[in-house]
Amino acid sequence: MKVLIYIFIILLSKFTFAHSLIEVDITRGNLDPLPVAVSPLHVDSQSDNYQDVKVKDLGERISTVIEKNFKSTGLFNPLNKDAFVQKPDIAHLKPRFEDWRLITAQALVTGKLLIKDDKLKVEFRLWDLAASKEIIALAFTTTPSNWRRVAHIISDKIYERLTGESGYFDTRIIYVSETGPKTQRVKKLAIMDQDGANTKYLTLGNELVLTPRFNPTNQLVTYLSYFRNLPRVYLLDIETGIQEVVGNFPGMTFAPRFSPDGKKIIMSFAKDGNSDIYTMDIESRLVEKLTEDSSIDTSPSFSPDGKYICFNSDRSGLQQIYTMKSDGTNVKRISFGNGIYGTPVWSPRGDLIAFTKVKSGKFYIGVMRSDGTGERLLTENFYQEAPSWSPNGRLLVFYRETKSGKDGKGFTAKLWSIDITGYNERQLRTETDASDPSWSSLLSK
Amino acid sequence: MKFNKQIKNILVILLSTLALSACSTAKKSGSNSGDVYTGNETIKYLASGVKDRVFFATNSSSLTTASRDTLRKQADYLRKNKKLNIVLEGHADERGTREYNLALGEKRANSAKDYLMTYGISGKRISVISYGKEKPVNSASTPLAWSQNRRSVTIKAK
Repeated sequence: MKVLIYIFIILLSKFTFAHSLIEVDITRGNLDPLPVAVSPLHVDSQSDNYQDVKVKDLGERISTVIEKNFKSTGLFNPLNKDAFVQKPDIAHLKPRFEDWRLITAQALVTGKLLIKDDKLKVEFRLWDLAASKEIIALAFTTTPSNWRRVAHIISDKIYERLTGESGYFDTRIIYVSETGPKTQRVKKLAIMDQDGANTKYLTLGNELVLTPRFNPTNQLVTYLSYFRNLPRVYLLDIETGIQEVVGNFPGMTFAPRFSPDGKKIIMSFAKDGNSDIYTMDIESRLVEKLTEDSSIDTSPSFSPDGKYICFNSDRSGLQQIYTMKSDGTNVKRISFGNGIYGTPVWSPRGDLIAFTKVKSGKFYIGVMRSDGTGERLLTENFYQEAPSWSPNGRLLVFYRETKSGKDGKGFTAKLWSIDITGYNERQLRTETDASDPSWSSLLSK
Repeated sequence: MKFNKQIKNILVILLSTLALSACSTAKKSGSNSGDVYTGNETIKYLASGVKDRVFFATNSSSLTTASRDTLRKQADYLRKNKKLNIVLEGHADERGTREYNLALGEKRANSAKDYLMTYGISGKRISVISYGKEKPVNSASTPLAWSQNRRSVTIKAK
């Protein structure tokens, strides 16, 4: 798959952070989303046609992708285009602020595009309607088939400007696609844009695959495959399709993740009824054993600085969350609440650990500080687990399974996301049933 | 009399607390060992009288008395059929996290393996694979289905 894309960003004008009036506070649940008008991008009449990209509709389609991104945050309320009063090209030059304020918009996005010599040029501006001024103006050049990514990058720029946090729209999610009855489930690795577009399947479904995770540059994926009925951790290069077994272990390896520098894979190795945590250096193949306990130690995840590891272990009886230094020393139990705790994942900001909790027959997704204090449960359900962080550390994606009746009827597995505020829980669109999501980092940094 | 009435009330309270605590202990023992499947519904046979699988309690890989009995019969059968190699498939129910269940399935299959080995079956004849919660036999979301899915199944190696 081609991930290569060239995007040139030109600053049209310097934007000042000093006195912008619109600010979106995302530290709490936002019950009053900011009304935003996203004008369709004006399509330059001099534009060429390009393959199967419908140039005439492209301005409208880019603005629709931006609107959907905004709506999905729960922080913005994209206004209905029927109420728009100014033509896109005129608004882009200089909007009549009082007209846009009349439809209660507080921010306006305008833009224009041109396809010339197989290149797509897109320019956009963000206007603060209360202050009657431009706050961002940027231009991009890329290949026309990348138009959705342009829409996501524009969304990220606006989100960053208005919330003060980095964005997460120009990202992908890798997951396990599921079809067929529960007793004979067919599972494939699948990858899609964060908004559900561009789904591609990376395996054929001949063997069981589980728990895919991106490396920091999003080019490699580590996952568990039952190829030849030997459950082993694999490494897959998404661009070349080349896959290889990780390490030479005489038994099941599972629960893999990359270290934050991408140089190591951390995983569990099960032997003689005991699972311990290991790392393997991808280049030197050097293997290091980090835990030495007769209990089940699994689901390891590095802190973003690479200095610590969190994992779950049943050494105290039932599954609980522990942290240790990345050399395996200084093991500390951090979860002490009632119930079972599993699948800890360290936030990309380093402050929080997300987890799955099982208590009184219910499954919860929650977060706690990395010392175990400040536990907050975000969502309760019949079955849900395996949270993965958005690259800005504001959202979690996880999967949820429904209760099934006799013969497995009524069973579904879907991807969901939730803000760490506990608000804005929503299902992600996938072509098939889905599980084990892993969120990429920002594709364009 | 007022005094008598008070005593009566206290007695009623005491009795009801006793009844309640009796209830809760009964429940507790039920969820510890009582959720091991004891029926025959999903069982297949390696040979006449030799059951192919053993069942486990929630989050446990301990063998029950019935499981040991089944495994001793399997060991007998394997001693008589010296050329036969086996695969032990360990499984978990759907009520745990996926990665932990993979480890738990491996632990369950190894409990069975260890027991077979103490009854003289060479470890070389036994391979172990865990499927975690990936291959349920009963796809319902009920305590009965979960108990049937918490299992280690002995199959003849090809």
